Amino acid sequence: MKRFRPDVDAPEYKGGHAPYDIIKEGTIALVVIVLLTVLLASLFGSPDEKQVTIKTWSNAMPIDFATTAINEMNGTTTTAGYGPPYNHAATGQDIGFLHLAQWVGVRIPLNTTKDFVVTPLESLPAGTSLTPALATWNAASKAQRSAWVTTVTKEIPKIYYKQGLVVFPGPGGGPLPVMIDALTAMARSGALDQALVTGHGFYTTDYTKVLLFLSDGSYLSNQAATQHLTGSQWGMMNETGGYPGQAWLWLYTFWYQVPPFSSSSNADALVWGTMMVLSVALLLVPFIPGLRTIPRKSKVYRLIWREHYRNQT
Amino acid sequence: MSTEQIDRQWTTRLRKRVAGKLPPEKVLPDTQPAYVASWIYVFGVATLAALGVVIATGCLLAIRGPQWWHQSYVGHFVNSMHLWSVEIFFFAMVVHLWGKYFMAAWRGGRSLTWMTGVVLFLTSIATAFTGYASQTNFDSQWITTQAKDGINATGAGAYFNVLNLGQMLMWHIVLLPLAAVALTALHVVLVRLKGVVPPFEENATVGTPS
Repeated sequence: MKRFRPDVDAPEYKGGHAPYDIIKEGTIALVVIVLLTVLLASLFGSPDEKQVTIKTWSNAMPIDFATTAINEMNGTTTTAGYGPPYNHAATGQDIGFLHLAQWVGVRIPLNTTKDFVVTPLESLPAGTSLTPALATWNAASKAQRSAWVTTVTKEIPKIYYKQGLVVFPGPGGGPLPVMIDALTAMARSGALDQALVTGHGFYTTDYTKVLLFLSDGSYLSNQAATQHLTGSQWGMMNETGGYPGQAWLWLYTFWYQVPPFSSSSNADALVWGTMMVLSVALLLVPFIPGLRTIPRKSKVYRLIWREHYRNQT
Repeated sequence: MSTEQIDRQWTTRLRKRVAGKLPPEKVLPDTQPAYVASWIYVFGVATLAALGVVIATGCLLAIRGPQWWHQSYVGHFVNSMHLWSVEIFFFAMVVHLWGKYFMAAWRGGRSLTWMTGVVLFLTSIATAFTGYASQTNFDSQWITTQAKDGINATGAGAYFNVLNLGQMLMWHIVLLPLAAVALTALHVVLVRLKGVVPPFEENATVGTPS
């Protein structure tokens, strides 16, 4: 006879049965859950913090916007230096020898200079200063463009915003001061939001470009920090207005708070890898000695089935 | 057509197989083993009921489209119901999961029931995430711009672009709910097929093998 394995096999039940009205139980459960949902919805409602736009950002922080635009051109924003799936500026994160992002490659190609600055400006009506500036930029060599961007980048601490204009005190930026000022004006009018979402035509549901540009600036993250939504604030578990968020992601967000994940440049890949391993372990609990033994050894089941065991004695 | 021919039909064979494995008294039982007497069992049916409310409120939101709840008091209330039913759903599901773990509910050939439950839990997390990504407000802007890094790090972001609202909404209201409902159906069928796991018996020597 095969040996009985208490963590794998179930004992033969020889006890009695009790009446069970599955339809009644289901109906009562549904009514209770509906009432509870209505009660919670009535008492607490749900958060709906208005969306942030490039228009609100550039009006609230014009210099932060202009600086971000320059950084999109010099390659120092998060998006410009991201790597796959957006560009080849980096190799992406790794999990040991698994270079998953790199292997998949650039599938959502994005050139921050072209897509965030030059192409939106080209969609504007011809202007006395912008049109020649764009023509100069487009006709320039790669080395010339790079020299202008370097000069303007050095100017960043000195630029200021006055009477609707982004002012660059120093010379040597070529057409860039005019372009950055025009882009800031475009952003403040709301036209840049539209230009970034209508890249694929009139109908669109893809907000990749505009969200990436927004997240490169300080405004979005400042708003998130005040709402306790950043990673160091366990933000995944929160929503705006102090509402509960995705509390079931507590373990996922926990890893970001502890070493080595908290200080690793591969944190996202490592946390995902860890969660994948843990998810597979949860899936395979019935087959993992030790993990499947805990329920029997812990004897929590005696609490769950206390009536059954009480009736046995 | 002879009886033998009819018996060989795929339809007949499937019907007989289903009827043999799941007779009406198993699908809709009117008794249960006496040990099924604990509050922990409530959380399974509570999860199912909450899922029903989540789907119903989601369907109501779908009627008027993704912007409705920002513009209408009624729409906002339906959205609030959707949010709170999701919170109840996850609370009930997690308690159910832990309860089943401490019962070692995979015993006696029930490992597939456990596994479908875990996959359903993970599918539900993905469904909820795509819902948060589809809110079209500040929350969805922040959540997606942060979540992209984790998903991109796995390589999946190249195909599952969380910044693409249309893609996220389709996953949220079509693909993932279909998967969740199918997994729920399979999970419930397996529960009915195998019955509720019996308690541990310290001196047991015979029983249902895995």
